[in-house]
Amino acid sequence: MRPDVLPVMLVFLPFLAGLLQFIAGRPAPRLGNVLVGVNLLLVLALIPGVADEGAIVANLGGWSEPLAIHLLADGLALLMLLLTALLAVAVSLYAMAAWRDQHHDALRFWTLWPLLLGSLNALFLSRDLFNIYVTLELVTLAAIPLVLLAGPGKTVDAALRYLLFALLGSLIYLAGVALLYAQAGTLDLALLADALPDSTLAGSLGASLIIVGILIKAAILPFHVWLPAAHGGAPAAVSAILSALVVKAAAYLLLRLWSGPLDPLVTPAAGQLLGALGALAILFGSWQAFRQERLKLVVAYSTVAQLGYMLLFFPMAVTAAWQGAVYHGLAHGLAKGALFLAAGNILLYLGHDRLREMRGIDRPLAVSLLAFGLAGVSIMGLPPSGGFTAKWLLLTASVETGQWWWTITLLLGGLLAAAYVFRVLRLAFLQPPENVPDRPGMVPPPLMAWSATVLAVLAIVLGVVSAPLLELLGSPVGGSE
Amino acid sequence: MSGLYQAMPLWVLLSSLLAAAVILALGEDHPRLRIGINLAAALLKLVLVGVMLLGVRAGHEFLLRVPLMPGIDLVLHADALSMLFISLSALLWLATTIYAIAYLEDSPNRARFFGFFSLCVAATMGIATAGNLFTFFLFYEMLTLSTWPLVVHRGTEKAMRAGRGYLWYTLGGSAVLLLGIVLLHGLAGSQDFVAGGTLEHLVDSHPLALTGIFLLLIGGMGVKAALAPVHGWLPTAMVAPAPVSALLHAVAVVKAGAFGIVRVVYDVYGINLMQDLGLAQLLAIMASITIIYGSLRAIWQTDLKRRLAYSTVSQVSYIALGIALANPLASIGGLVHLVHQGLMKITLFFCAGCYAETHGIHAIEDLDGIGRRMPWTTAMFTLGALGMIGLPPLAGFISKWYLGLGAVAAGQFWVVGVLLASTVLNAIYFLPILHRVWFRPPRDEQTEGLAEAAPGLLGPTLFAGFAALAAGLFAGFDWSPLAWVELLVEREYSP
Repeated sequence: MRPDVLPVMLVFLPFLAGLLQFIAGRPAPRLGNVLVGVNLLLVLALIPGVADEGAIVANLGGWSEPLAIHLLADGLALLMLLLTALLAVAVSLYAMAAWRDQHHDALRFWTLWPLLLGSLNALFLSRDLFNIYVTLELVTLAAIPLVLLAGPGKTVDAALRYLLFALLGSLIYLAGVALLYAQAGTLDLALLADALPDSTLAGSLGASLIIVGILIKAAILPFHVWLPAAHGGAPAAVSAILSALVVKAAAYLLLRLWSGPLDPLVTPAAGQLLGALGALAILFGSWQAFRQERLKLVVAYSTVAQLGYMLLFFPMAVTAAWQGAVYHGLAHGLAKGALFLAAGNILLYLGHDRLREMRGIDRPLAVSLLAFGLAGVSIMGLPPSGGFTAKWLLLTASVETGQWWWTITLLLGGLLAAAYVFRVLRLAFLQPPENVPDRPGMVPPPLMAWSATVLAVLAIVLGVVSAPLLELLGSPVGGSE
Repeated sequence: MSGLYQAMPLWVLLSSLLAAAVILALGEDHPRLRIGINLAAALLKLVLVGVMLLGVRAGHEFLLRVPLMPGIDLVLHADALSMLFISLSALLWLATTIYAIAYLEDSPNRARFFGFFSLCVAATMGIATAGNLFTFFLFYEMLTLSTWPLVVHRGTEKAMRAGRGYLWYTLGGSAVLLLGIVLLHGLAGSQDFVAGGTLEHLVDSHPLALTGIFLLLIGGMGVKAALAPVHGWLPTAMVAPAPVSALLHAVAVVKAGAFGIVRVVYDVYGINLMQDLGLAQLLAIMASITIIYGSLRAIWQTDLKRRLAYSTVSQVSYIALGIALANPLASIGGLVHLVHQGLMKITLFFCAGCYAETHGIHAIEDLDGIGRRMPWTTAMFTLGALGMIGLPPLAGFISKWYLGLGAVAAGQFWVVGVLLASTVLNAIYFLPILHRVWFRPPRDEQTEGLAEAAPGLLGPTLFAGFAALAAGLFAGFDWSPLAWVELLVEREYSP
């Protein structure tokens, strides 16, 4: 099989599976699980090619350069695909157990989830501002109905708000794309940087609009307001996908565009501004996470905070910062997936997720709490974990560039994260109250408990296998090189 | 074969790490199997450490290097200094495990307890064999995380408060330490620990940066080493079960901090550089203040374990003091105290646990006449206390003697004053206890008759007590901690 078939399959197989599920009309979780398994294998099969050649290009339709639709897998795209594929497997196994008896919800989940997966894959592989717009929209349109699976009427407000922000973000992004197209006459990421005239007002405006649009989608402070309710309210499997992948995809896009086509347009001041937004997100998000009374909201606000770390690349813009930001994306994805799945298990067992009433829950939920604890280690950025590797890289970048204010932000962020993670973990160690309240829920089946734990363990393992992954990623040079 | 032999530090590490994993996985359902695995692992570790001791003495190289990130390796390396710490931990792990099994009999969540306990020891092994600051930090944090569940094990509000204090202090300290490590990495790249330090060439170009980084490193580690004024977590953490206190004070946490200070001074900066920068004097003063302050605070404590905790604050700083005097004799005194203090303090905490578990005694005033009921335990307590005061020929005396000689040799006569003052203060807070336990009549006349601690508690206590005694009595022998430290210091001071 030629390697350039792989990217094409990564996009079309999930869509096909989603379509099949829709036609079948009754939930087929097996199909979904086969799909995510195949998806993972396809991504793994991509690794040798990308490692050898730097990138694999698939040219759809065979048109020549200005019209061509490329799918291109380079190191950055591959790492994101890998993260997505791993999470997809864990989440699908979890979802299979979680929705076993709910026919209606299961049907909707197994239809939408493959579509979302395919859209994410397409987003990571796209090399064209307009295709990226389309895939961003697809991601949003598949994600929002998933939020509604929480139950009748529960998350309608959250989903509507999510929809509103997402559409606003898309519109602004599209306006920026139009401006750039008027200037450069191409939308291809590889050609754009050279085609853009130097420092025109329209060019700068276009770049700003694109960036703002993405910031809204990535829920970066101050555009985070839609996130906690949507991520906190959705069912656990959906929350995991949204927090670990969907917002991450937008943050990924910002990294990709900034270091590629937008490179001639961006200024150091803009980088500092984005960094400042990131730092604010870290501090504010962590503080909010610490103050929440419900477990899933703690985890959701933690996402607001953690996304901020990825923005610290922009002011520093050196290789270590690039590696740190991307690695943080990976580590956070795995850890956050584990946190949401574990939180879902706790919710299932207790029938609620109010922190006050959670004392002494350790025994029946030991595995889920283990997952929460291990994922927490990565979220706090303590070694050995992917989160620590990322923090270390970002710290060295801040020392290298002499921008000490990010050093302080990073250290402070770690302490704040410890505050909210341990606030939850301590509940497991507190003595149960005298009269143990009636706990209606069931003990989560092993599949649900272990899928969370596997993700958490992967987040830890990420701290030990960073050398080959970072080599795969390379340095922050233009998109297709 | 030689590869496997070279990787001994890894096997020693894994012997507790895997034990921890298995114990946690087993859960509460198989207590016997769990205990069996735990003890087997502890014994296995002891054998492995024995092999390593012979190897290091014969000059074998134990080194394992795994690349982690571009330019950063995970390095496990066993040298004489590592072995000092490893042997102590391995020996006391076994003793403490046996003690803890008896102590926690029939209490809930034992698997969790022993799992994290083993994890804690694994982290200690990593700290001892870390071959560079990065690796050291990795295990240093692992220690922080694995100790917290032990501190809050009881699950009471009080334990939770102690746990919170512990976390804030140690995580804050770690953040400072990490900052120091990152800055040093930026300045000098990744450096392995090398006797005599690796930074001498930077002294002319970056004296201020080196000074600042030194303060960050020592400050960060000082939190675990309970240097005043960042010692506050230690006395509150004594709400944890007695075996945990023993572990915190003698084997793992406090020692990890002190050990880290030794590493930074010896193998990162080097003694000469530290003196050139004028930091030796500063460290000596900080240590001295802590010695006096801890002893003073100990006098006013009415709770036995709290008094012992403040005593630790004071005694652990002997190690830093010995290093800071930057002279071979004082170094011997400081380093040997790493072992001596460990043996004596674990004896004292074991005894405190025996009193608490057997007769429910926590306050010092309730100890009246306990010597008649628990003669063995009390004899061991006496040994430990007299050793701490520094009565010849007990272990504490050896440490203080060398420290004093070193201070004189270094011309720092005020340190002799500190040592004398500390000895007097030690006597002031320990002798009244000894008087109570042996010479006062019991408060409650009904409680006459022999009532010793359970064998599982008494055994390890006797073992630790006699080990402390032997360390002092046989200090002149070839395999004593003192002899080992002399070997080590010889290597450090003869480049």
